[in-house]
Amino acid sequence: MTDGVAPLLSVEHVTVSFDGFRALDDLSFALAAGAVHVLVGPNGAGKSTLLDTIIGRVRPASGRVVFKGEDLARVPEYAIVRRGICRKFQTPGVLDALTIEENLRVAAARNRSAWHALRMGASPSERARTDEVLAIIGLGDRRNSLAAELAHGMRQWLEIGMVVASDADLLLLDEPAAGMTHQEAEATARLVRSLAGRHAVIVIDHDMDFVEQLAAPVSVLCMGRMLAHGSVAEIRANPEVAAVYLGRAREAGVAGA
Amino acid sequence: MRTRIVFATVLAVAAFAPLYLPPYELSLLARFLAFAVLALGISLIWGTGGILSLGQGVFFGLGGYAIAMHLKLAGADAGGLPDFMQWSGLDTLPWWWAPFRSPAVALAAVVLVPGAVAAALSYLVFRRRVTGSYFAIITQALTLAAATFIISQQQFTGGFNGLTGFTSAFGFLLADSRTQVGLYWITLAVLALAFVATRTLQTSAFGKVLLAIRDGENRVRFLGYDPLPFKVIAFVFAGVLAGISGALVTLDLGVISPAMFGVVPSIEMVIWVAIGGRRSLVGAIVGTLVVNFGKDFVSSAFPELWLYVVGAVFVLVVTIAPQGLVGLVTLRRRLPRAGVRTAAALE
Repeated sequence: MTDGVAPLLSVEHVTVSFDGFRALDDLSFALAAGAVHVLVGPNGAGKSTLLDTIIGRVRPASGRVVFKGEDLARVPEYAIVRRGICRKFQTPGVLDALTIEENLRVAAARNRSAWHALRMGASPSERARTDEVLAIIGLGDRRNSLAAELAHGMRQWLEIGMVVASDADLLLLDEPAAGMTHQEAEATARLVRSLAGRHAVIVIDHDMDFVEQLAAPVSVLCMGRMLAHGSVAEIRANPEVAAVYLGRAREAGVAGA
Repeated sequence: MRTRIVFATVLAVAAFAPLYLPPYELSLLARFLAFAVLALGISLIWGTGGILSLGQGVFFGLGGYAIAMHLKLAGADAGGLPDFMQWSGLDTLPWWWAPFRSPAVALAAVVLVPGAVAAALSYLVFRRRVTGSYFAIITQALTLAAATFIISQQQFTGGFNGLTGFTSAFGFLLADSRTQVGLYWITLAVLALAFVATRTLQTSAFGKVLLAIRDGENRVRFLGYDPLPFKVIAFVFAGVLAGISGALVTLDLGVISPAMFGVVPSIEMVIWVAIGGRRSLVGAIVGTLVVNFGKDFVSSAFPELWLYVVGAVFVLVVTIAPQGLVGLVTLRRRLPRAGVRTAAALE
């Protein structure tokens, strides 16, 4: 959250409805440059919809999304990315037909116009960035393998790498540790912590163990509204949050019985 | 390096074809190599970009008519009117025919007219995010409309018979065997240039993004790329290659008519590339040569059989070898890797 300074991102009274169902209900949220923030909440709480709205995949029925002081309402998706927001999707969205290195090159390109792409070669800074990210995600020795050949966990890492390579000011990570082993998830959490300061990061997850490792402020979403803010410990102690999660668990238990 | 040696060797063997091929076979080869220029464009938009166009014949026809209009005017008698216009009762040349008296205008039109039409069509359609089979249907409808229009405007276009009866081109007698050899070399040089240009485009960052667009337009959009200009540029490039191809074939055959660029020929063009292997530029050229020589062989022996043969081969290729003839050849080399890929896909 921000105090006094203009935030990097501010979501202001945003409502998104799908056929009358309010996925986001008058939701407000702000994030300072370089800050890491975690969103948790039960399934259908609106976490992914919030990211979809920030990135322009879904447009709000009312309210607005302001990034670096600019209202994004009429900015096309690709242009929002060029303003400095990059997203990792829930199901890994790597470019299967390209090699690992090419995936990162495409993501790292500073000038993303078609005319510029006609020129041969990448700039030295883009090449350096690609090598740097290859080292971070530990795929340097497989740089020439096709992304399609990677196992699930590696695909997740590659896509995180692509988001990092984009050098965007705001990174949106949708369940970055899903399907990862415990060690892989720990490494992912270390990576996310290391991004703080250079990038603002919003992480969605509902694995509280993973969230704890991120050591970042947490917001709880429920039915399209913000239910609570605080540290992981505060959230864990919050009776309202417990009710939401336990209530769900109890319903699920009843349904299962 | 090895690729370059193979490329140079093939080019050298092909360049000496006039020494060892009889005139008829040489004229066939010239025409099929001209077709291959168009096939390279289909390989780029379809194999790399995932854009299936059933309307490449339109751009081929535009290039062919542009050059044919010039040949027609150059060969007209003192009145300056092409013969078919006189037969249709026209007594003045339509204003839009006049500029084609200039060879420079005609040659520029071979490139610019198909390019402009491809740009307008692809921009309007891709801007609406129309893709896949919808785009294929639109291009097919456009082809049908273009052929019908040309046929209906007989006094301006020569109608069903098209434009034919040329005697010379740019001062060279078309019947002269030396002109035919010259045309063959020009065609070969154009194909070699087109191959290098398409290959450069395919291996550039542009080609990588185009390939990524084929597999997931949205993913590319959310990496900050606007797919629209990528698709339009690729489509215009393919349209220009088709126009050049049409002009070369018109010179080789001495005729351009709606029967050469309509719905059926446009589908056949896609089949050449599918049979050769749409992911590979070599496949596009090989497929074009194999199918067209096959067509010449089968239809001279059993004229009514050809469409069944090409249909059967097409179905076989699509079901058994989706990567085409070239895919069959490279399959052995890639088998171990393909195994890994299948295992990854199953996980």
